[in-house]
Amino acid sequence: MYNKGTIIPGLILFVLFVTFPIWFNGLTTAGDLPKPELPPGGEKQCVMPADYMRANHMQLLNEWRDNVLRDGDREILEINGKKYPKGLQMACMTCHSQKEKFCDSCHTYAAVDPYCWDCHLTPNEAGSKEAMH
Amino acid sequence: MDNKRRKFLKIAGASVLAGIGAPAVIKLTAATPALASGHGEAPAHAPAPDAHGGHAEEAPQGVRLGMVIDLRKMNENPEMLDSAIAACIAAHNIPEFPDKKNEVKWIWKAPFENVFTDHSASHSAAKVKNFPSVALCNHCDDPPCVRACPTQATYRLEKNGIVAMDFHRCIGCRFCMAACPYGARSFNWQDPRPYIKKYNKEFPSRMKGVVEKCNFCGERLALGQEPACVEACKGTGAIVFGDLNDAKSEIRAVLDKEFTIQRKPTLGTKPSVFYIV
Repeated sequence: MYNKGTIIPGLILFVLFVTFPIWFNGLTTAGDLPKPELPPGGEKQCVMPADYMRANHMQLLNEWRDNVLRDGDREILEINGKKYPKGLQMACMTCHSQKEKFCDSCHTYAAVDPYCWDCHLTPNEAGSKEAMH
Repeated sequence: MDNKRRKFLKIAGASVLAGIGAPAVIKLTAATPALASGHGEAPAHAPAPDAHGGHAEEAPQGVRLGMVIDLRKMNENPEMLDSAIAACIAAHNIPEFPDKKNEVKWIWKAPFENVFTDHSASHSAAKVKNFPSVALCNHCDDPPCVRACPTQATYRLEKNGIVAMDFHRCIGCRFCMAACPYGARSFNWQDPRPYIKKYNKEFPSRMKGVVEKCNFCGERLALGQEPACVEACKGTGAIVFGDLNDAKSEIRAVLDKEFTIQRKPTLGTKPSVFYIV
């Protein structure tokens, strides 16, 4: 083979370069699956099974929003004796009170930036200015 | 050759006549059924003929929430109005901007002649002149803001007559603010959060670029509570809240007994907020 000295190191460099995402994720923590922190209160039950919530919580929130605002249906859900008023602040964030450790962990990983908290208050924020109840 | 031309002209002439005449014939034959179906639908949509433009008119059916504000009682006890406004601010995370041009208002004080622009203010009594009247969203039966909204972010709930808003959907075009004859809508020109004094953790705040207004405390009504301003005036009867279509309700008793006025009734928006002056 002619030019063995340049072709082989060149090929090696090329392969290293192309497989960069694979070995980079393996060597660093950038590719680690997020581990959202479960509710600090130790609640084990949600309005839907965890699998469903993981995949579809955004649709459920949209449904609730339309129920509450458009249809005026603010019926409080009751599951195993626990009451869930439809709402991000009133239901979800009472258990998942740590937005930074729960919501953000996956949203950051998936590079999504939901605008929920432009308006909705996280318990931390609400607590920062002496809440009413 | 001549024969052919003659034939062609005959056919062309007949076609033109048929083309001109056909629509008229179709109209004549179809006229009767079209009229009949028109008659069948009309009463369901159009209001009764005698209910045209009057301001004592009511929604056809169902719950229609309304309010009677007794300005005499407000006048006697000015702190009560302040507490009602404060209750609303606390319940809905309303920002209090220092600059008046950025003001966000759900329920607010304004001079009598500004609130009731239809009423002559010349030679009005000093107590009327000096005492601020109270204004809020009128939750109109025929709300102009709803018609103006290009995204249907504001809408009238058929269930109870509340003119509600979906802040998620508001794009901040402010058409509704231009459309509302009562100035009941406010725009967030800047991030409201730093100007909210106290958070109610059960209600969201708004973001920059969103319009907001009174929602008749829809979220409190769902829990069986009265609107925040009504609760703040509890026991005084200064604000009576209830179903305008329920003949047995307290609000109807007040409306039957007292002389009440509405804001700008001539516009035909049919406000649900009444005032005793």
